[in-house]
Formats: sequence, C-alpha cells, structure tokens
Amino acid sequence: MAALDLISPSGPLYQKRKAVYPKAVSGFYRRLKWAIMLVTLTIYYVTPWLRWDRGAYAPDQAVLVDLAHRRFYMFSIEIWPQEFYYVAGLLVMAGIGLFLVTSAVGRAWCGYACPQTVWTDLFVHVERAIDGDRNAQMKLAAAPWTAGKAGKRLAKWAIWLLIAVATGGAWIFYFADAPTLAQAFVTGTAPFVAYATVGVLTFTTFLLGGFMREQVCIYMCPWPRIQTAMLDEKSLIVTYKDWRGEPRSHGLKKAAALAADYPAESITAALAAAGGAGRAGDCIDCHQCVAVCPTGIDIREGPQLGCITCALCIDACDKVMAQVGRPRGLIDYATLDDAVVERAGGTAPSALRTLVRPRTFIYFGLWATIGAAMLFSLGQRSRLELNVASERNPRFVQLSDGSIRNSYTVKLRNMETRPRPVALVLDDLPGATMWPDSGDRAAASRRLALTLAPDATTRIRLYVVAPADGEEHERFELKVEPQDKAGKDHHDAEDDAVFERPDRED
Amino acid sequence: MTKRIDEPTGTSTVGHEWDGIEELDTPLPRWWLLIFFSCIVFAIGYVIAFPAIPFRHSASAGVLGWSSHGDLDTQLAAERQRRAPLLRAIAATPITDLPANPQLLAQAVEGGRAAFKVHCVQCHGAGAAGSKGYPNLNDDDWLWGGDLATLEYTLTNGIRNPDHEATRLSLMPAFGEILTPAEINRVVAHVRLISGQQKPNAASAAGAVLFAANCAVCHGPEGKGGREVGAPNLSDAIWLYGGDTAAIRASITVPHAGVMPRWGNRLDAVTIRMLAAYVHSLGGGEATPAPVATAEGGADGGA
Repeated sequence: MAALDLISPSGPLYQKRKAVYPKAVSGFYRRLKWAIMLVTLTIYYVTPWLRWDRGAYAPDQAVLVDLAHRRFYMFSIEIWPQEFYYVAGLLVMAGIGLFLVTSAVGRAWCGYACPQTVWTDLFVHVERAIDGDRNAQMKLAAAPWTAGKAGKRLAKWAIWLLIAVATGGAWIFYFADAPTLAQAFVTGTAPFVAYATVGVLTFTTFLLGGFMREQVCIYMCPWPRIQTAMLDEKSLIVTYKDWRGEPRSHGLKKAAALAADYPAESITAALAAAGGAGRAGDCIDCHQCVAVCPTGIDIREGPQLGCITCALCIDACDKVMAQVGRPRGLIDYATLDDAVVERAGGTAPSALRTLVRPRTFIYFGLWATIGAAMLFSLGQRSRLELNVASERNPRFVQLSDGSIRNSYTVKLRNMETRPRPVALVLDDLPGATMWPDSGDRAAASRRLALTLAPDATTRIRLYVVAPADGEEHERFELKVEPQDKAGKDHHDAEDDAVFERPDRED
Repeated sequence: MTKRIDEPTGTSTVGHEWDGIEELDTPLPRWWLLIFFSCIVFAIGYVIAFPAIPFRHSASAGVLGWSSHGDLDTQLAAERQRRAPLLRAIAATPITDLPANPQLLAQAVEGGRAAFKVHCVQCHGAGAAGSKGYPNLNDDDWLWGGDLATLEYTLTNGIRNPDHEATRLSLMPAFGEILTPAEINRVVAHVRLISGQQKPNAASAAGAVLFAANCAVCHGPEGKGGREVGAPNLSDAIWLYGGDTAAIRASITVPHAGVMPRWGNRLDAVTIRMLAAYVHSLGGGEATPAPVATAEGGADGGA
C-alpha cells in the first residue's frame, strides 16, 4: 500500500487529473464494444434521415419530435401531447430495463452503451491513430512543444471537433425535417436555437469525450452510485480472482525484498492464503489490465466506483495468460457468489444460471407487462376525440323569446392525417337546437356537418338554445360521428355537458 | 476529533464522527475547483455589470445600465410596435366593413375583449351578462340596436350624457304624476299580458286602452318597443329592471333612465371600434341593416 505514504496528514486541497493513456487491446470484449459502438452510433446518426410516408398532411420523417406543433412521430405511431403518457411509459420501461440489465449483467450500460463511454471510446481511437499507442502518447505528452507535436495536437483536436460538430448536428435533426434543416443550417438560415444547440452539444462532446473522459464517470455522473446500490451478490461484475492471482509472482520477490519494512505476519498470512509458502499466483504483475483501463484504475484492488465494466482488462489479461500458459479468466465476469464458491475451490455455476433468479424475472415481468399494456392500448386508442367545456360567465343567457341559451367551447381532435367529414350530434335535451358562433340561429339544428382539418384540433364555439322549462342543470351528451369509412377507427366520440337554466326561485 | 487514515482508500478522514460514520477528506478534482473559481470571478463581474447591491432606497445601478423596468418598457414598446399595423388597419376599416375581413374582425374582437375587461366590466360584468339596470350584452335584445355601426355609435356617444349633443337621449315621463295608482296597476296588467305572464282579464283590458293612449307612442301599439328612442320591448322575456308586477309598477311610476358614459372622449376610436366588435360577437349581434343612415357616427380621427 504505497498510496499510504503519499497522503499528507492534512491532505491536499485539490487533485490534478491523472492522465490516462489506455493501451489498445484486442479480444472478444473489444470486438463486442466495436459492434455496439457501430450499432449505437449508426442508430444515432441515421435515424433522423429515415423517411416514413404519412400522406400529404403529416411530415414524412420516421422519427420526429415536432415541438413546435406538439406532435411526436415514431414510424407508424403518432403521439399528441395528451397522449404523452406513452412517452412516460417508455421512460418507465427504460428505467426498469436498466434495473433488469444491472441486476443481470452489472454495469453493462456504463461499459458498453453509455454515450459518454461510446464517444470517449471513439475519441480514444482517434487519439491512437494520430499519436500512437499508450507509450507513444506518454512520450509525446512529456515531450517539449515542437512543430511536430503541435501539428499532431491540432490534427487530433480537429478530428475531435469534426466528430463533435457531427454529434451536435445530428441531434437537431430529430426536432425538424432533417433535409430542410440541413440545408437551412448550411446556408445560415436555420433558427438561432438550432445553432445554439449544435454549439452547446459540440462543446460538451469535445470537452467530455476529449478531455474529461473518466472524470465524468467518477465525479459528475450519479449513475455509478445508483447502479452500485442496485448490484447484488448475483450481479455479474468484472472480478480479479485474487485467490488465483495472489501472491503475484513479481510481487512475491518484492515482498521478500521489503520484508524488513513490513510486519512478518502479513506476508506469512498472504502466502498462507495463496496455498502455502513459495507458491506464486497466476498474476505476473504485468500491469496490462491497468494499461488498457479507460478509467485508469487497477481492477486488482477489487470492485470499485471507477470500474465501468467495459471488460477490456479481461481481454488484456486473457492474452497474457495465454502467453504464460495459464488458463484464461484470471480477470473475468463473475458474481460475488461465484467468488465465494471459487475461492473455496468449487466451480461457479454458468453465467446463464445466474441470470435465472426471481429478481431478474420480476424485473423482466414488469418490463414486459408495461410494454404489452402500452402496445395493447396503442392498438385500442381512439383517433377522434371530443371535448365540451361549458362557458361559465355567463352560465346562461335569457333570450327575448323566452328560451335559454348556453354556450360551449367544443374541441374536436382529428388525430388522423387526413381531413375527416363528421357530424356533431346533440343527444337528449329535447327541443334544443345548436349553431356555431360563425353561423346564425336561423340555421340552428340538432346535427352539424363539419369537415375536420387533418391532424389538428378544430375548436368551435357552440350556442345551444333550449326551452326555459326543464331542469336547472340538465345533463346531455354531444356526440361526434365520423361520416367516412376510410380509416381504421370508426368509433363515435362523445362528451357530457350540462345545460344551465335560471334558478326557479327567481 | 481524531483524524486517521482510512485503510481501503488511503484517504485521511476529516476527524468528525457521527454514530460511527466518518467523512473522508477526499481532495476535489482540480477542474472542479477551477470552475468554482471562475464562477466567483463571474459573480464579481455580474455584480459590477448588473444591479446587485441593495441600498436603503435603491440598489447599485450596474455599469451596463440594465434594469427590469427598462426591460419591461422595451418589451412593451416592441409589443406596441408589433400591434401598430393591426390597429392602423382597424382604424382604416369602417366598422361595417369588418365582417368582410374575418381575420381583422377576429383580431378586433380580441382587442375589444381586453379593453372590455378594463373599461366595461364595472357595470356590465366580466361575462358581459350585466345585472339589474345594466343590460346583458349576450342576449338578442337591444334598446338602441345591436348592429356594429349602432353599437359603435352608442359606445362613442353614450346614453343620456347631459353635456353632449349626439348622445342617445330619451326620457320616459314619470307616470306616477300622470296616472293614478289604479290606472298604473291596469297598465301593469296589460304589460304582463303582452309579455305572456298572465291571462287577459278586466284590468288588462282597461290597461290596453291606457297603454294605447300613453305608452304606444314610444313603445309601439303592441309594446314591441322603439329603438329610435331606446324604448324597451315590453312583450319579450327580457327585463332590465325586472318583469314582476312590483318591478313594472315601479318602473312606470318613477322610470329609471339609466346612463352610460360616452367613451368618445375617453378612449381612442380604434379601441371603441374593437369594443363594438367584441360586444357584437357575444351572441346577440345583429346584421347591419341594408340602408345605413349614419354609419361613421361620431367615431372620427385615426390612431
């Protein structure tokens, strides 16, 4: 524990970032990370450019968050603001999905899919292409500033900046028609908010991916803390199998050399734990696991906050184990329960077996139930809605012929992307007639023919006149009946309303 | 207060301990500290640039000269500027031509709605439903007429303004001094008959004779009122001062002669035009009669 000596009793006020130069590595998990990076980045950059034909009255962008018109399009699904609970449902699913993933495979989100991880990985790769691998990078960092070094730095930052601009640039296309906005953006006619958004996202991508990197995970992100709390002894985490690795063969010699400085018991105890004096563990203390770590930690110190479980150390260690002729998996995915079993000399159950347990089933059940319920209600939802709101001031108007007039604000939502002929029908309320405020009482009737604008809310101020004799608060129903059979949904929509009359006591 | 080194992290504790829970004295990352310091620098700059330090009656002005009042003034000026073309268009359009331009009419109605809330709600109520003595503007009954031009004229010149030539003026005589109480009761019976509130009887028959002699000149032979003199329609279901026997008797004995201010000398012509459009939109507005006698009325002068 050399770190002990470095800490002064008072402690320093601040800590300089320890530069991390992750070494390139190849192997199964590296290939997995490449594949996931390819898929996630492709989804991110390509999605806004996918087209989806919705006819003449709606945008043809497959995925579009149209904040200005308050519509959310996702392929064949269109969501109106009042249906936002679907988005809330998606967020709940995403949350439970993260619980599921975390309880099953630990911090897989952090290690593979988190944007911070993916973009940092991309930036690190650019860095290697320009500066070379770990050793060359360290040498370059220590070297004095020359034209060559400045050139390399400029080239690296330029490529980073390009990626950052593309990242920020792709984001805005989710919120407007991508080809139109792209053209406007290039010609300088896009709205200010588009440039501001791209600017902010470019800046954050450049800074967080290029310079902050693991600092985001260790200091800024709340998620490691949350995930740490959600892990249990059956969650897969990247584990250094110290019962197999210790004492490190390199460390043994060192320990012997330092024996004079350490209490003799601790060394004896370490050797005893390793299975007897003189037997060296599998770890040859080559530091490859540390060299490849993108957050700069030493996994051999045990599970820790800084480990994002990217598993690159597993790849690095497996290679070394193959070279020294030991079985792979000195560092491997294992659960805390596995560790107990293996330490005692047993064989841990397969990773698949650890997935099958009540906790993962409950999470998956919840997740699937919410998903199924949302799909079912999506299939059942009505695309024609009616809202009737009574005018409250005045509640009623006495007309000169003795009858009573009430007025209502009627909102007709035609959520299909085509104009729709409908009839607004007055149910109950005997003797009553109605007319829109754009019309005239002379044309009043009990049935109003309307054509609703496509994908829009039609708002009508409606006058209803009824005889004065009747209940003071008479309930009735307004119904809207679609007059075409073109779409999927032919259901009527209705809403209750109250017809108010003067108090009889007057 | 015993500081010690925490074994797993190698970090010193701060020395406090609560129920066995200790705090590590982990050093801050340098970038965090730099951001903290730059926030302090920014705050100093902000205090210099913007109003920040409170004094007893005011605050420091800030070198930029910004104030929230000034900001509001700027926004109001911008809003006035934005509305100016619209108000000019309304001013340039005679009120009888507004319905031909639905968009302009809708904007005038909204402008009128806002002005109504300031100038008219005191008497006519927030919903324009009026109250006893103050007409309900939502209904289909008008004393002086409910078309756009008439409304604009009434708004501009008011009703029974003694200081004004063009004002709407009519005075019902106090019949308490002309008819005997018994005669008045017979007239009341007739009025209640023509408004459908009672059946014909001897009193109403006698009242009909009195009505024809005294009332029909203004209220019409059938009691349907006369808009030239603002005489109410007595045969309908709407009563400004109440339609029961006692209320009608009181109105005949001592008429009310309500007053509305003339707004021509208080509001600009555009606001009055917008108010007329708003009142017209409340559900009882009447179409402009074919031959228009005095369209513009007293509303002259632009914005």
